[in-house]
Amino acid sequence: MSTDKPTKTISDYEATLTKADTAVAAFERDDRSFIPMLRGYLRNYPTMIPALVLLVSVIGFSIIAPRFLGVGALSIVLKQVTVTGFVALAQTLIILTAGIDLSVGAILVVCSLIMGNMAVVSGLPVAIAVLIGLFFGALMGFVNGVLVAKVKLPPFIVTLGTLSIFNALKLWYSQSESIRNVDIEKSAPGLLWFGNGFNVSGASISYGGITLILLAAVLWYVLNHTAWGRHVHAIGDDQDAAMLSGINVNRTLISVYAAAGLICGFAAWIAIGRVGSISPIAFETVNLGSITAVVIGGTSLFGGRGSIIGSVLGAFIVGVFNTGLSLAGVDDYWQMFAAGCLVIIAVALDQWLRRASQ
Amino acid sequence: MTTGTPILRARGLMKRYGTVVAMNGADFDLNAGEIVAVIGDNGAGKSTLIKALSGAVTPDHGTIELDGRPVHFRGPEDARAEGIETVYQNLAMSPALSIADNMFLGREWRKPGIMGSVFRQMDRPRMEKFARDKLSELGLMTIQNIHQAVETLSGGQRQGVAVARAAAFGSKVVILDEPTAALGVKESRRVLELIRDVRARGIPIILISHNMPHVFEVADRIHIHRLGRRLCEISPKDYSMSDAVAFMTGAKLPEGVTEQA
Repeated sequence: MSTDKPTKTISDYEATLTKADTAVAAFERDDRSFIPMLRGYLRNYPTMIPALVLLVSVIGFSIIAPRFLGVGALSIVLKQVTVTGFVALAQTLIILTAGIDLSVGAILVVCSLIMGNMAVVSGLPVAIAVLIGLFFGALMGFVNGVLVAKVKLPPFIVTLGTLSIFNALKLWYSQSESIRNVDIEKSAPGLLWFGNGFNVSGASISYGGITLILLAAVLWYVLNHTAWGRHVHAIGDDQDAAMLSGINVNRTLISVYAAAGLICGFAAWIAIGRVGSISPIAFETVNLGSITAVVIGGTSLFGGRGSIIGSVLGAFIVGVFNTGLSLAGVDDYWQMFAAGCLVIIAVALDQWLRRASQ
Repeated sequence: MTTGTPILRARGLMKRYGTVVAMNGADFDLNAGEIVAVIGDNGAGKSTLIKALSGAVTPDHGTIELDGRPVHFRGPEDARAEGIETVYQNLAMSPALSIADNMFLGREWRKPGIMGSVFRQMDRPRMEKFARDKLSELGLMTIQNIHQAVETLSGGQRQGVAVARAAAFGSKVVILDEPTAALGVKESRRVLELIRDVRARGIPIILISHNMPHVFEVADRIHIHRLGRRLCEISPKDYSMSDAVAFMTGAKLPEGVTEQA
């Protein structure tokens, strides 16, 4: 292996290398003041930002509107964010690969219509109806993935196109008709299961909300402890480098979009339980809501960095602001205003943390 | 040293990007246990040749043989599966991932037992230990923390990680594209020693470099690339650096070679 004597070289300018200083460069640290320390800490634990924002906003709203801290209001928040939270999980996967999915809401609605039609109109068992719905969710995601990975179109364009296509399909398939709550209760109550829940000292917690936390935990594990999760990050970070490192970029991208479609299909089941009925024009704002949650949760739109837990927290922050503002007696449009401010602040904070040198 | 069948042999490689010809019937030979340096002017097609050998580019025409057996790489993962490791000029690393994650990108080790087979959990401790061993074996750099993201490393340290990755996993051929370009004098010296170490393990190396002293110091043979093809192969013992530069820039033609239009 390496010897002390420098190898015989053609030129002699390296001859003094044996006498080279072996000490590691050391610098006086000047990062002991509060702001740089906070910044360093937040850079290492980016999920702390949405967690802190959530904490501060819960405290803030309970001062403004004392009713807010009641368990009733908090369980309303959990109910409100369940569907957006699921879609935000799917969106996180996509955004981690430096993509974006505008069709998630449309996939969700198509899947809920398929499940409802199969179970209520065709009378299939709920389990079969749900499986068919999940299959079509994954299939729609797969189509997005193939267009992004194989045809090499920008994800924004692909999903903008499929958003229109899936929206058209849902109106055609449903003939613009809703499925009423009474019909679902009569012939397929299983579809509503996730809307049920249990009461813990006055707070009603739905199975959907618990499932959201469970799914987030599963995805956290997959993203951080499996090779696939590392590949998703690497592709978002630098797609060419990932390809040269021997990652099958196309297959991974397609699997990410298909998984996102599958999660949206699952969210459809949750959404049926949450709303109680199935309508082709429901959940039109869930696309942007999911992107808002992901961004507030600290995931970078440029890909490669972010966290699943952050996205769930981001969804909760939006929910807390909405519920808190309405309890404080503020008009609805200020909720949108607040969500907009949150997004801009979140991205500004992210940029400030990223700037390594200053 | 140049006996037996070549480990890696390419014949008549052609590659066109639109109207730009990057390779125009390029040949290449690499024998067991030797270091071949590839030199050539900018735009001569060195990088495309190397990418064809490492699977990153699929040539339009021509054959590549590994151990006398024709191979068709559809991607870098195919070449890696055959034991060909490459350090690219841009290093091909994922800045947000840790050093260990980067070294094992695309070939992660999984935990033994049910955690690995069913839950697909990576064996982080084992991967990190291996990465740390390889890096300290190199002595290339002083990395405090194997969990550090690659983006926090200096350019030289990143290069060190990339070289360590190739040296650790290359079992047949190691390709180094400008491995000392970002390194200081001391670190370049370690890389050159490492190149010799790898050869001592019996693994042949392809070295692309603009640094003539380095090329003439370590190479057993020098492949001069010009205008998308191999102009000639020379031994560093028979020619001087200025001859090599003259050949690769077209200032002079080697004996017995006629330039084709």
